[in-house]
Amino acid sequence: MKSHAWRPLYLVLGIVVLILIARQFLVPKSFGIHERGYMYGWYREENIEDWKRYPVSYRSEEYCKDCHSDKYSMIMQTPHAIIQCENCHGPAREHPSDPPKLEINKTRELCLRCHFPLPYPSSGRANIRGIDPEKHNPGIECSMCHNPHKPTLEGMK
Amino acid sequence: MITRRDFILNAAKGIAGLALPLTALEILSPDQLLAARGDSSKVRWAFLVDTFKCVGCGFCVKACKLENGVPLDANVTRTWVERYVLAKDGRVFADTPKGALYGFTTGKIDLGLGKFQDIKKEDIEKAFFVPKLCNHCENPPCVQVCPVGATYQTPDGVVLVDRTWCIGCGYCIMACPYGVRFFHPVYKVADKCTFCYHRITKGLKTACVQACPFGARMIGNIRDPNDPVSRIIRTERVGVLKDEYGTRPQVYYRGITREVI
Repeated sequence: MKSHAWRPLYLVLGIVVLILIARQFLVPKSFGIHERGYMYGWYREENIEDWKRYPVSYRSEEYCKDCHSDKYSMIMQTPHAIIQCENCHGPAREHPSDPPKLEINKTRELCLRCHFPLPYPSSGRANIRGIDPEKHNPGIECSMCHNPHKPTLEGMK
Repeated sequence: MITRRDFILNAAKGIAGLALPLTALEILSPDQLLAARGDSSKVRWAFLVDTFKCVGCGFCVKACKLENGVPLDANVTRTWVERYVLAKDGRVFADTPKGALYGFTTGKIDLGLGKFQDIKKEDIEKAFFVPKLCNHCENPPCVQVCPVGATYQTPDGVVLVDRTWCIGCGYCIMACPYGVRFFHPVYKVADKCTFCYHRITKGLKTACVQACPFGARMIGNIRDPNDPVSRIIRTERVGVLKDEYGTRPQVYYRGITREVI
Protein backbone atom coordinates (compact mmCIF):
# COMPACT_ATOMS: atom_id res chain seq x y z
CA MET A 1 0.00 0.00 0.00
CA LYS A 2 1.44 3.35 -1.00
CA SER A 3 0.10 6.39 0.76
CA HIS A 4 1.42 9.76 1.92
CA ALA A 5 -0.38 9.08 5.23
CA TRP A 6 2.13 6.31 6.12
CA ARG A 7 5.22 8.46 5.64
CA PRO A 8 5.12 10.20 9.06
CA LEU A 9 4.74 6.78 10.69
CA TYR A 10 7.89 5.49 8.96
CA LEU A 11 9.70 8.64 10.04
CA VAL A 12 8.68 8.16 13.68
CA LEU A 13 9.63 4.47 13.58
CA GLY A 14 13.02 5.45 12.10
CA ILE A 15 13.63 7.94 14.90
CA VAL A 16 12.68 5.34 17.52
CA VAL A 17 15.09 2.81 15.99
CA LEU A 18 17.85 5.46 15.91
CA ILE A 19 17.28 6.28 19.58
CA LEU A 20 17.38 2.59 20.52
CA ILE A 21 20.66 2.13 18.60
CA ALA A 22 22.19 5.27 20.15
CA ARG A 23 21.11 4.07 23.59
CA GLN A 24 23.13 0.85 23.13
CA PHE A 25 26.31 2.95 22.80
CA LEU A 26 25.56 5.80 25.21
CA VAL A 27 24.14 4.00 28.26
CA PRO A 28 26.85 2.15 30.22
CA LYS A 29 26.46 -1.62 30.64
CA SER A 30 26.28 -1.38 34.43
CA PHE A 31 23.23 0.91 34.30
CA GLY A 32 20.20 -1.14 35.08
CA ILE A 33 18.20 -2.90 37.74
CA HIS A 34 20.24 -4.17 40.67
CA GLU A 35 19.64 -5.99 43.97
CA ARG A 36 16.75 -3.93 45.31
CA GLY A 37 14.77 -4.00 42.12
CA TYR A 38 13.46 -1.24 39.88
CA MET A 39 12.06 0.89 42.71
CA TYR A 40 15.24 1.29 44.79
CA GLY A 41 18.00 -0.36 42.79
CA TRP A 42 17.89 1.18 39.32
CA TYR A 43 21.25 2.90 38.88
CA ARG A 44 24.72 3.02 37.31
CA GLU A 45 26.91 0.69 39.36
CA GLU A 46 30.23 2.49 38.71
CA ASN A 47 28.91 5.46 40.69
CA ILE A 48 29.48 3.52 43.92
CA GLU A 49 33.21 3.43 43.07
CA ASP A 50 33.11 7.13 42.14
CA TRP A 51 31.90 7.94 45.65
CA LYS A 52 34.49 5.66 47.27
CA ARG A 53 37.24 7.58 45.43
CA TYR A 54 36.19 10.94 46.95
CA PRO A 55 39.20 12.37 48.87
CA VAL A 56 39.35 12.32 52.68
CA SER A 57 40.00 15.74 54.26
CA TYR A 58 39.65 15.16 57.99
CA ARG A 59 42.49 12.83 59.08
CA SER A 60 41.87 12.74 62.88
CA GLU A 61 44.34 13.27 65.73
CA GLU A 62 46.03 9.96 64.85
CA TYR A 63 47.44 11.72 61.79
CA CYS A 64 48.76 14.70 63.84
CA LYS A 65 50.14 13.05 66.95
CA ASP A 66 53.48 11.75 65.64
CA CYS A 67 54.91 15.05 64.38
CA HIS A 68 53.13 17.28 66.93
CA SER A 69 53.64 14.94 69.87
CA ASP A 70 54.36 17.83 72.29
CA LYS A 71 50.99 19.49 71.65
CA TYR A 72 49.22 16.15 71.49
CA SER A 73 50.53 14.89 74.84
CA MET A 74 49.79 18.27 76.46
CA ILE A 75 46.13 18.41 75.39
CA MET A 76 45.55 14.75 76.23
CA GLN A 77 46.04 15.60 79.93
CA THR A 78 43.17 18.13 79.90
CA PRO A 79 39.38 18.21 79.45
CA HIS A 80 40.04 19.43 75.89
CA ALA A 81 41.40 15.97 75.01
CA ILE A 82 37.99 15.09 73.54
CA ILE A 83 38.30 17.81 70.89
CA GLN A 84 39.86 16.78 67.60
CA CYS A 85 42.87 18.89 66.48
CA GLU A 86 41.14 19.60 63.17
CA ASN A 87 38.10 21.18 64.82
CA CYS A 88 40.16 24.32 65.52
CA HIS A 89 43.09 23.88 63.10
CA GLY A 90 40.98 22.94 60.08
CA PRO A 91 41.11 19.79 57.94
CA ALA A 92 44.65 18.40 57.53
CA ARG A 93 44.01 17.10 53.97
CA GLU A 94 47.56 16.25 52.69
CA HIS A 95 49.40 18.45 55.22
CA PRO A 96 52.39 19.08 55.33
CA SER A 97 52.59 18.91 51.50
CA ASP A 98 49.16 20.38 50.82
CA PRO A 99 48.38 22.66 52.62
CA PRO A 100 51.86 23.41 54.05
CA LYS A 101 50.32 25.48 56.86
CA LEU A 102 46.95 25.09 58.51
CA GLU A 103 44.92 28.17 59.34
CA ILE A 104 44.01 28.22 63.03
CA ASN A 105 40.62 29.60 64.00
CA LYS A 106 41.36 31.77 67.06
CA THR A 107 38.08 33.69 67.15
CA ARG A 108 36.08 34.09 70.34
CA GLU A 109 33.13 32.55 68.49
CA LEU A 110 34.97 29.25 68.17
CA CYS A 111 35.35 28.94 71.96
CA LEU A 112 31.78 30.15 72.52
CA ARG A 113 30.42 27.16 70.56
CA CYS A 114 30.76 25.31 73.87
CA HIS A 115 31.54 28.03 76.41
CA PHE A 116 28.54 30.29 75.89
CA PRO A 117 26.42 29.28 78.89
CA LEU A 118 23.09 27.69 77.95
CA PRO A 119 21.46 26.20 81.06
CA TYR A 120 19.47 23.57 79.15
CA PRO A 121 18.20 20.71 81.28
CA SER A 122 18.62 17.25 79.69
CA SER A 123 21.45 18.47 77.45
CA GLY A 124 25.16 18.06 78.16
CA ARG A 125 25.56 21.77 77.43
CA ALA A 126 24.38 22.68 80.94
CA ASN A 127 27.47 21.02 82.44
CA ILE A 128 30.04 23.09 80.53
CA ARG A 129 31.38 26.20 82.23
CA GLY A 130 30.69 29.33 80.23
CA ILE A 131 31.32 33.06 80.16
CA ASP A 132 29.24 36.07 79.19
CA PRO A 133 31.08 37.28 76.07
CA GLU A 134 29.81 40.83 76.56
CA LYS A 135 31.30 41.14 80.04
CA HIS A 136 34.31 38.78 79.99
CA ASN A 137 37.17 40.77 78.36
CA PRO A 138 35.25 41.66 75.19
CA GLY A 139 37.17 42.25 71.98
CA ILE A 140 40.24 40.13 72.64
CA GLU A 141 40.99 36.57 71.59
CA CYS A 142 40.55 33.96 74.31
CA SER A 143 44.00 32.55 73.56
CA MET A 144 45.55 35.88 74.73
CA CYS A 145 45.12 34.59 78.30
CA HIS A 146 44.01 30.96 78.02
CA ASN A 147 46.00 28.14 76.49
CA PRO A 148 43.56 26.00 74.49
CA HIS A 149 45.95 23.03 74.80
CA LYS A 150 46.00 23.49 78.60
CA PRO A 151 42.71 25.18 79.47
CA THR A 152 42.96 24.75 83.25
CA LEU A 153 43.77 27.83 85.31
CA GLU A 154 47.40 26.71 85.80
CA GLY A 155 47.75 26.97 82.03
CA MET A 156 46.90 30.73 82.05
CA LYS A 157 49.40 32.85 80.17
CA MET B 1 -28.27 -39.47 57.14
CA ILE B 2 -27.03 -35.96 57.97
CA THR B 3 -28.66 -34.20 60.88
CA ARG B 4 -29.49 -30.53 60.94
CA ARG B 5 -26.96 -30.02 63.81
CA ASP B 6 -24.09 -31.68 61.85
CA PHE B 7 -24.88 -29.68 58.74
CA ILE B 8 -24.70 -26.33 60.59
CA LEU B 9 -21.50 -27.34 62.41
CA ASN B 10 -19.77 -28.51 59.21
CA ALA B 11 -20.88 -25.40 57.34
CA ALA B 12 -19.44 -23.17 60.10
CA LYS B 13 -16.12 -25.11 60.01
CA GLY B 14 -15.98 -24.87 56.23
CA ILE B 15 -16.51 -21.11 56.24
CA ALA B 16 -13.85 -20.67 58.95
CA GLY B 17 -11.44 -22.78 56.89
CA LEU B 18 -12.08 -20.78 53.71
CA ALA B 19 -11.48 -17.51 55.57
CA LEU B 20 -7.98 -18.65 56.53
CA PRO B 21 -5.43 -17.67 53.86
CA LEU B 22 -3.09 -20.42 52.69
CA THR B 23 -0.02 -18.34 53.65
CA ALA B 24 -1.03 -18.55 57.31
CA LEU B 25 -0.38 -22.29 57.25
CA GLU B 26 3.09 -21.94 55.73
CA ILE B 27 6.02 -22.33 58.13
CA LEU B 28 8.95 -20.04 57.29
CA SER B 29 12.48 -20.74 58.42
CA PRO B 30 14.36 -17.69 59.81
CA ASP B 31 16.73 -17.93 56.84
CA GLN B 32 13.85 -17.65 54.38
CA LEU B 33 12.51 -14.71 56.33
CA LEU B 34 15.87 -12.90 56.19
CA ALA B 35 16.17 -13.61 52.47
CA ALA B 36 12.65 -12.27 51.87
CA ARG B 37 13.67 -9.04 53.54
CA GLY B 38 16.60 -8.75 51.13
CA ASP B 39 19.17 -9.23 53.87
CA SER B 40 21.86 -10.79 51.71
CA SER B 41 24.41 -8.05 52.44
CA LYS B 42 26.69 -8.47 55.44
CA VAL B 43 26.84 -4.72 56.01
CA ARG B 44 23.95 -2.32 56.62
CA TRP B 45 25.06 1.08 57.85
CA ALA B 46 23.03 2.70 60.60
CA PHE B 47 23.48 5.87 62.62
CA LEU B 48 22.83 6.60 66.26
CA VAL B 49 22.33 10.07 67.75
CA ASP B 50 22.41 10.58 71.51
CA THR B 51 20.65 13.87 72.16
CA PHE B 52 21.56 13.80 75.85
CA LYS B 53 25.22 14.18 74.87
CA CYS B 54 24.85 16.85 72.17
CA VAL B 55 25.83 20.35 73.35
CA GLY B 56 25.12 22.13 70.05
CA CYS B 57 28.74 23.10 69.31
CA GLY B 58 28.17 22.52 65.58
CA PHE B 59 31.64 21.08 64.91
CA CYS B 60 29.88 18.23 63.09
CA VAL B 61 28.27 20.65 60.64
CA LYS B 62 31.58 22.43 60.02
CA ALA B 63 33.45 19.16 59.49
CA CYS B 64 30.73 17.82 57.16
CA LYS B 65 30.74 20.91 54.98
CA LEU B 66 34.54 21.04 54.67
CA GLU B 67 34.89 17.30 54.15
CA ASN B 68 32.20 17.07 51.50
CA GLY B 69 32.69 20.33 49.63
CA VAL B 70 29.41 22.00 50.55
CA PRO B 71 29.94 25.79 50.39
CA LEU B 72 30.20 27.11 53.96
CA ASP B 73 28.06 30.19 53.63
CA ALA B 74 25.45 28.85 51.22
CA ASN B 75 22.16 28.20 53.01
CA VAL B 76 22.31 24.45 52.41
CA THR B 77 23.84 21.70 54.49
CA ARG B 78 23.95 17.90 54.60
CA THR B 79 23.66 17.81 58.38
CA TRP B 80 22.47 20.36 60.90
CA VAL B 81 21.68 20.70 64.60
CA GLU B 82 18.28 21.86 65.85
CA ARG B 83 17.70 23.47 69.22
CA TYR B 84 14.40 22.73 70.97
CA VAL B 85 13.29 24.87 73.87
CA LEU B 86 10.06 23.78 75.56
CA ALA B 87 8.69 26.49 77.84
CA LYS B 88 6.71 25.79 81.00
CA ASP B 89 3.62 27.45 79.50
CA GLY B 90 3.58 24.86 76.68
CA ARG B 91 5.15 26.94 73.95
CA VAL B 92 7.66 25.10 71.75
CA PHE B 93 10.57 26.92 70.14
CA ALA B 94 12.99 25.44 67.65
CA ASP B 95 15.76 27.02 65.62
CA THR B 96 18.87 26.16 63.69
CA PRO B 97 20.71 29.36 62.68
CA LYS B 98 22.88 28.55 59.61
CA GLY B 99 22.23 24.87 60.43
CA ALA B 100 24.36 25.44 63.58
CA LEU B 101 27.46 25.72 61.40
CA TYR B 102 28.80 28.18 63.98
CA GLY B 103 27.05 26.51 66.93
CA PHE B 104 24.65 28.24 69.32
CA THR B 105 26.37 31.27 70.84
CA THR B 106 23.28 33.06 72.09
CA GLY B 107 20.33 32.12 74.26
CA LYS B 108 17.93 33.94 71.91
CA ILE B 109 15.83 31.74 69.66
CA ASP B 110 16.01 32.66 65.97
CA LEU B 111 12.37 33.00 64.86
CA GLY B 112 13.35 33.98 61.30
CA LEU B 113 12.79 37.28 59.47
CA GLY B 114 15.29 38.90 61.83
CA LYS B 115 13.15 38.27 64.92
CA PHE B 116 14.57 36.75 68.08
CA GLN B 117 12.91 35.44 71.21
CA ASP B 118 14.57 35.54 74.60
CA ILE B 119 13.40 32.88 77.05
CA LYS B 120 14.21 33.24 80.72
CA LYS B 121 16.05 30.38 82.36
CA GLU B 122 13.26 29.83 84.89
CA ASP B 123 10.64 29.55 82.10
CA ILE B 124 12.41 26.61 80.42
CA GLU B 125 10.91 23.20 81.07
CA LYS B 126 13.12 21.20 78.73
CA ALA B 127 15.76 22.24 76.22
CA PHE B 128 18.10 20.15 74.13
CA PHE B 129 19.83 19.80 70.77
CA VAL B 130 18.92 17.36 68.00
CA PRO B 131 21.42 16.68 65.20
CA LYS B 132 19.75 15.82 61.89
CA LEU B 133 21.03 14.13 58.76
CA CYS B 134 19.82 11.83 55.98
CA ASN B 135 18.03 8.82 57.49
CA HIS B 136 19.21 6.46 54.73
CA CYS B 137 15.75 4.91 54.82
CA GLU B 138 15.20 1.26 54.07
CA ASN B 139 12.36 2.40 51.77
CA PRO B 140 13.62 5.77 50.52
CA PRO B 141 10.83 7.83 48.91
CA CYS B 142 13.44 10.08 47.26
CA VAL B 143 14.75 7.10 45.28
CA GLN B 144 11.28 6.02 44.15
CA VAL B 145 10.57 9.34 42.48
CA CYS B 146 13.83 9.79 40.56
CA PRO B 147 12.85 9.64 36.87
CA VAL B 148 16.36 8.86 35.55
CA GLY B 149 17.85 6.39 38.03
CA ALA B 150 20.32 8.94 39.38
CA THR B 151 19.65 8.24 43.04
CA TYR B 152 19.73 4.78 44.49
CA GLN B 153 20.41 2.60 47.48
CA THR B 154 23.73 0.77 47.62
CA PRO B 155 23.75 -2.92 48.70
CA ASP B 156 24.99 -1.77 52.15
CA GLY B 157 22.03 0.57 52.59
CA VAL B 158 23.44 4.01 51.78
CA VAL B 159 21.38 6.31 49.55
CA LEU B 160 23.62 8.09 47.03
CA VAL B 161 23.20 10.53 44.12
CA ASP B 162 24.96 9.91 40.81
CA ARG B 163 26.16 13.39 39.89
CA THR B 164 26.77 12.54 36.23
CA TRP B 165 23.24 11.11 35.93
CA CYS B 166 21.18 13.66 37.89
CA ILE B 167 19.25 16.09 35.70
CA GLY B 168 18.41 18.43 38.61
CA CYS B 169 14.64 18.09 38.38
CA GLY B 170 14.27 18.34 42.17
CA TYR B 171 11.60 15.63 42.59
CA CYS B 172 13.71 13.89 45.26
CA ILE B 173 14.13 17.14 47.18
CA MET B 174 10.32 17.47 47.33
CA ALA B 175 9.79 13.76 48.11
CA CYS B 176 12.03 13.53 51.19
CA PRO B 177 9.83 13.78 54.30
CA TYR B 178 12.86 14.82 56.37
CA GLY B 179 14.00 17.70 54.15
CA VAL B 180 17.58 16.44 54.01
CA ARG B 181 18.09 16.92 50.28
CA PHE B 182 19.04 20.17 48.58
CA PHE B 183 20.20 21.54 45.27
CA HIS B 184 24.00 21.78 45.25
CA PRO B 185 24.89 25.37 44.28
CA VAL B 186 28.20 24.36 42.64
CA TYR B 187 27.50 21.02 40.93
CA LYS B 188 23.88 21.97 40.07
CA VAL B 189 22.55 18.53 41.05
CA ALA B 190 20.62 17.14 44.01
CA ASP B 191 22.91 16.58 46.99
CA LYS B 192 22.60 14.84 50.32
CA CYS B 193 24.46 13.12 53.13
CA THR B 194 26.38 10.08 51.87
CA PHE B 195 27.19 8.73 55.37
CA CYS B 196 30.71 9.80 54.18
CA TYR B 197 30.71 6.75 51.92
CA HIS B 198 34.35 7.43 50.96
CA ARG B 199 35.29 7.20 54.66
CA ILE B 200 33.14 4.37 56.03
CA THR B 201 34.16 2.04 53.19
CA LYS B 202 37.81 2.64 54.20
CA GLY B 203 37.15 1.82 57.86
CA LEU B 204 37.05 5.47 58.98
CA LYS B 205 34.24 7.16 60.89
CA THR B 206 32.14 9.78 59.11
CA ALA B 207 33.48 13.34 59.36
CA CYS B 208 30.68 14.38 61.72
CA VAL B 209 31.17 11.37 64.03
CA GLN B 210 34.90 12.05 64.20
CA ALA B 211 34.45 15.77 64.84
CA CYS B 212 31.94 15.33 67.68
CA PRO B 213 33.82 15.83 70.97
CA PHE B 214 31.01 14.37 73.08
CA GLY B 215 30.25 11.10 71.30
CA ALA B 216 26.72 12.23 70.46
CA ARG B 217 26.98 10.70 66.98
CA MET B 218 27.89 7.09 66.17
CA ILE B 219 27.87 5.04 62.99
CA GLY B 220 27.94 1.28 62.77
CA ASN B 221 26.92 -1.88 60.99
CA ILE B 222 23.45 -2.97 62.13
CA ARG B 223 24.05 -6.52 60.76
CA ASP B 224 27.01 -7.08 63.09
CA PRO B 225 25.65 -8.20 66.47
CA ASN B 226 28.86 -7.10 68.25
CA ASP B 227 28.90 -3.59 66.80
CA PRO B 228 28.36 -0.99 69.59
CA VAL B 229 25.72 0.88 67.56
CA SER B 230 23.89 -2.31 66.69
CA ARG B 231 23.92 -3.37 70.35
CA ILE B 232 22.48 -0.06 71.57
CA ILE B 233 19.73 -0.11 68.93
CA ARG B 234 18.79 -3.67 69.91
CA THR B 235 18.98 -3.34 73.69
CA GLU B 236 18.13 0.26 74.54
CA ARG B 237 15.16 2.55 74.02
CA VAL B 238 15.71 4.34 70.75
CA GLY B 239 13.34 6.11 68.39
CA VAL B 240 13.24 7.19 64.77
CA LEU B 241 11.78 10.27 63.10
CA LYS B 242 8.39 10.15 61.34
CA ASP B 243 7.99 6.41 61.77
CA GLU B 244 4.41 6.65 60.47
CA TYR B 245 5.64 7.41 56.94
CA GLY B 246 6.81 3.80 56.58
CA THR B 247 10.21 4.83 55.25
CA ARG B 248 12.03 2.73 57.90
CA PRO B 249 14.69 5.35 58.69
CA GLN B 250 18.11 4.07 59.79
CA VAL B 251 19.11 7.03 61.93
CA TYR B 252 18.15 6.15 65.51
CA TYR B 253 17.76 8.69 68.30
CA ARG B 254 18.16 8.49 72.05
CA GLY B 255 16.28 11.03 74.12
CA ILE B 256 13.92 12.72 71.67
CA THR B 257 10.40 13.82 72.58
CA ARG B 258 7.22 14.06 70.51
CA GLU B 259 7.98 17.73 69.81
CA VAL B 260 10.94 16.69 67.65
CA ILE B 261 9.80 16.31 64.03
